[in-house]
Amino acid sequence: MNELLAGLLEAGRLIVTFDADLIEISLRSLQVTLTAVAIASGIGLPLGCWLAVRRFRYRRFVIATLNALMGLPPVVVGLIVYLMLSRAGPFGVFGLLFTPTAMIIAQVIILTPLIASIAHQAIRELWAQYHDLLISMNTTRWQRILTLLWDGRRALMTASLAGFGRGIGEVGAIMIVGGNIDNATRVLTTAISLETGKGNFSLALALGFVLIGLAVVVNLLIHTLSRTEVSGRW
Amino acid sequence: MVNEILPLSVKDAVVRRRGKTLLGPVTTTVSETGLSIVMGPNGAGKTTLLRLLHGMERMAPGGTIDWQIPEEEARARQAFVFQAPIMMRRTALDNVAYPLVTHGVSKSDARQRASEWLERVGLSDSAQKQATVLSGGERQKLALARALIRKPEILFLDEPCANLDGRATREFETLLMQAFKDGTRVVMSTHDIGQARRLAEDVWFIHHGHILEQTPAEEFFASPKTSEARAFLNGDIVE
Repeated sequence: MNELLAGLLEAGRLIVTFDADLIEISLRSLQVTLTAVAIASGIGLPLGCWLAVRRFRYRRFVIATLNALMGLPPVVVGLIVYLMLSRAGPFGVFGLLFTPTAMIIAQVIILTPLIASIAHQAIRELWAQYHDLLISMNTTRWQRILTLLWDGRRALMTASLAGFGRGIGEVGAIMIVGGNIDNATRVLTTAISLETGKGNFSLALALGFVLIGLAVVVNLLIHTLSRTEVSGRW
Repeated sequence: MVNEILPLSVKDAVVRRRGKTLLGPVTTTVSETGLSIVMGPNGAGKTTLLRLLHGMERMAPGGTIDWQIPEEEARARQAFVFQAPIMMRRTALDNVAYPLVTHGVSKSDARQRASEWLERVGLSDSAQKQATVLSGGERQKLALARALIRKPEILFLDEPCANLDGRATREFETLLMQAFKDGTRVVMSTHDIGQARRLAEDVWFIHHGHILEQTPAEEFFASPKTSEARAFLNGDIVE
């Protein structure tokens, strides 16, 4: 109990004093995860939508695979990305290992199936509702997808936010490919892991509270900006 | 308005689903002008027939549906109003503008014309409301405006007034008659005999997936040829 209280106090002190290290790793956490969410949304949202609209032979198989990939173990993704980016690996020449870029790559791989799968569920319902109308109006497939993406934007935002939630708290993959290097690839989650290992519980907890606060603030901010829950229904 | 896609000739059209024949074989012609009412008991195949003509049902091999122009072009020059109007998650104005936007009209022009149509169907005050909050009658009028905005040459309506009360039905019928007078070919299904009497120029009576009668309205209501139609008009339960 003492540790929790000490952690809260420490968190308050770090925030109030604008602790330079805290700000740096918080910003890096945000930078890595937001970039990864943006890229994963760019791939996952249209993919989920396309899977809802298009009928093709192995569709069920693809959707089942996608759903299974939602539970992709981050550590394994990290390991594979590590092997790909390491000096001896196929992309070794780019020298990306232990950089924020490597962390973004790993997170994109983890987040894309999650975002695509949630988007698919949401769009499938909307498509069932719109199907007859859009067919009747002689729309092209591309127009249908754009219409569904636009009219389903609130549900898709939820998909992206779920991706953000998973990304910001993720530690296994970015620890492996980023290496938790001070001033280079240290982020909130890896720092927490490190401080816990050192027995520095109050600092670890403080970072934890900051992490939770960050996730809440980003969610609230996006909801406010997109004016969800303002009008009764959408 | 010059009607280029009609007459439509249908020959031996059959719709099957999971081995069950829902409709047909149907052989008929849809003339260039007129207001046809499709009648028949529930499950007779009214909806399936309308959807088939509109190109939304898959026809079994062997049948033909011939428009006067290639089917792809004909598809773009018709519209459909569903029994339960499908409201897109947009404002009423954007719902009506949508068909124009998807067919290459600029957004501002489309909105301009959509607001004229909203005015015509009496929904100007609701233009900026989300379509999903409109009442049943308002939704169906919105759906009609959305169907008519591209000036379709033929308009199909599938029991559009089934869920409307008397006043909303009357408003809807007035708008529909106006569209008809402006030259749109209308094919509408209903099982409301009163509505059929008010509107029909000719009646198609369907039973068990077959068109049993296709006669001018006066003749149909005065002396139906088949016993099923007679029983239907008498208010008996037709099975």
